[in-house]
Amino acid sequence: MTERETQLRALLIGGLGGDEAAYHAFLKDLSRHLRGFLRARLARLPDDVEDLVQETLLAVHNQRHTYDPGQPLTAWIHAIARYKLVDLLRRRAGREMLNDPLDDELAVFAVSDTDAADARLDLGKLLEQLPDRQRLPIVHMKLEGLSVAEAARATGMSEAAVKVGVHRGLKALAILIRNKREE
Amino acid sequence: MKTDDLITMLASDAGAVAPRVWQQRYALALGAGLIGAALLMVLLLGVRPDIADAVWLPMFWVKLAFPAALAAGALLAALRLSRPGVAIGHVGAVLAAPVLAIWVLAALALLGAPEDRAMLVWGETWAACLVNIPMLSVPTFVGVFWVMKTLAPVRPALAGAAAGLLAGALGAAVYALHCPELAAPFIGLWYLLGMLIPAALGALVGARLLRW
Repeated sequence: MTERETQLRALLIGGLGGDEAAYHAFLKDLSRHLRGFLRARLARLPDDVEDLVQETLLAVHNQRHTYDPGQPLTAWIHAIARYKLVDLLRRRAGREMLNDPLDDELAVFAVSDTDAADARLDLGKLLEQLPDRQRLPIVHMKLEGLSVAEAARATGMSEAAVKVGVHRGLKALAILIRNKREE
Repeated sequence: MKTDDLITMLASDAGAVAPRVWQQRYALALGAGLIGAALLMVLLLGVRPDIADAVWLPMFWVKLAFPAALAAGALLAALRLSRPGVAIGHVGAVLAAPVLAIWVLAALALLGAPEDRAMLVWGETWAACLVNIPMLSVPTFVGVFWVMKTLAPVRPALAGAAAGLLAGALGAAVYALHCPELAAPFIGLWYLLGMLIPAALGALVGARLLRW
C-alpha cells in the first residue's frame, strides 16, 4: 500500500465514522487524483473531465457504505471511477475512445491535478429539479449548514424524513446526471 | 456548481455510516425469500406425501444438496459482485463443481440402466419442474434485487444473473421437498434448467435495473 493510499484510507475511515473534517479532506484529496486520472483518459473529451470528477465524487459519496475497510482503497475507487468513465464513453463515443488501458488500479492515485476546469453540468440547476421533500433537506443541511433539527423545523418535516430526503436526494441527483447525459 | 462546493456539500453533516447494514439486508432477503418459497410450496404444491419414507433414500438428499451447493456458490458470487473493486475469484469453479458432480451421477445412472434411459431423463414431471422452480424463486429474486439496488455492482448484468441463480437455487431446494423425481439425470437436466431461467431473467433485469 502506498503512503498516499494509507493517508486517504485513514481519512475515509475517519469520515465513515462521522469525522466530517476527515471526510472533507478525503473528498478534496480524492478529487485531485480523480481529475488527474480522468484527464489522462479523456484526452479527446477535455470538457467532460470536470463533470465526470463531480459525478464520480457523488457516486463515491452515495456508495461509501460499500467500502470494506479490509479492502484496498485503490481497488474500490478505481472500480467506481472506471464504471463511471466507461459509462460516459459508452454514451459519448463508444469504447474506441479509450486510449489507455483501464486495468491498472494503482494508476488512480498515481496522478494528481488541482487545476479544476468549470463543470458543464450545473449540479445546482439539477438540484432544483428534485422534489421538495429531497431538495429542501439538501439545501438546508448541505448548503446552508443547518442541523437536522433546524432543517426539520424549517421544512416542517420530521428529522427522520429530513435524513431520508438528503440520502435519497443525492441518489436521485446521480440519476439526473445520467439522464442528462443521455439527452 | 464548482467541484469544491460539491465536496463541501457532500461532506457537511455526512454523518457516520452504520457498518454491516448491507450484510443484514442480505440475511433478511434470504430469510424472507426462503420462508416465502416454503409458503408458496406448501400452499400451492404441497409437500410430497411420502416424505417420511423419502428421507431414507440417498437421492432425496442429493436432490437437496445439489441446489443447496449452487445456492452457496451463487451467494458468494452475488456478495462479491455487489460492491466495487471486489475480485470475483474462483466463483466459477465453485459453481461448476456441483454441476459436474450431478452429471457424473447422471452418467453412471444412464450407463447402469440402458433400457430405462428415457425414463431417467424425462421422468414424469419435467414440465412442472420448469414452471415451479422459477415460481418458487420469485420471493428471493425480489429480495436480493432489492438489496443489490442499495449496493453498487460494477457489472450489473452479471450481478443480476448471480441474484437470479441464487433465487433459482433456493427455489429448487424448496421444490425438492415436493418433487417426486429421484433420478440423477432428471435433476442434472431439469433442475439445472429451472434454476437457469431465473438466472437468465436476472441478467436481463440487472442490466437495466442495477445501474447506478
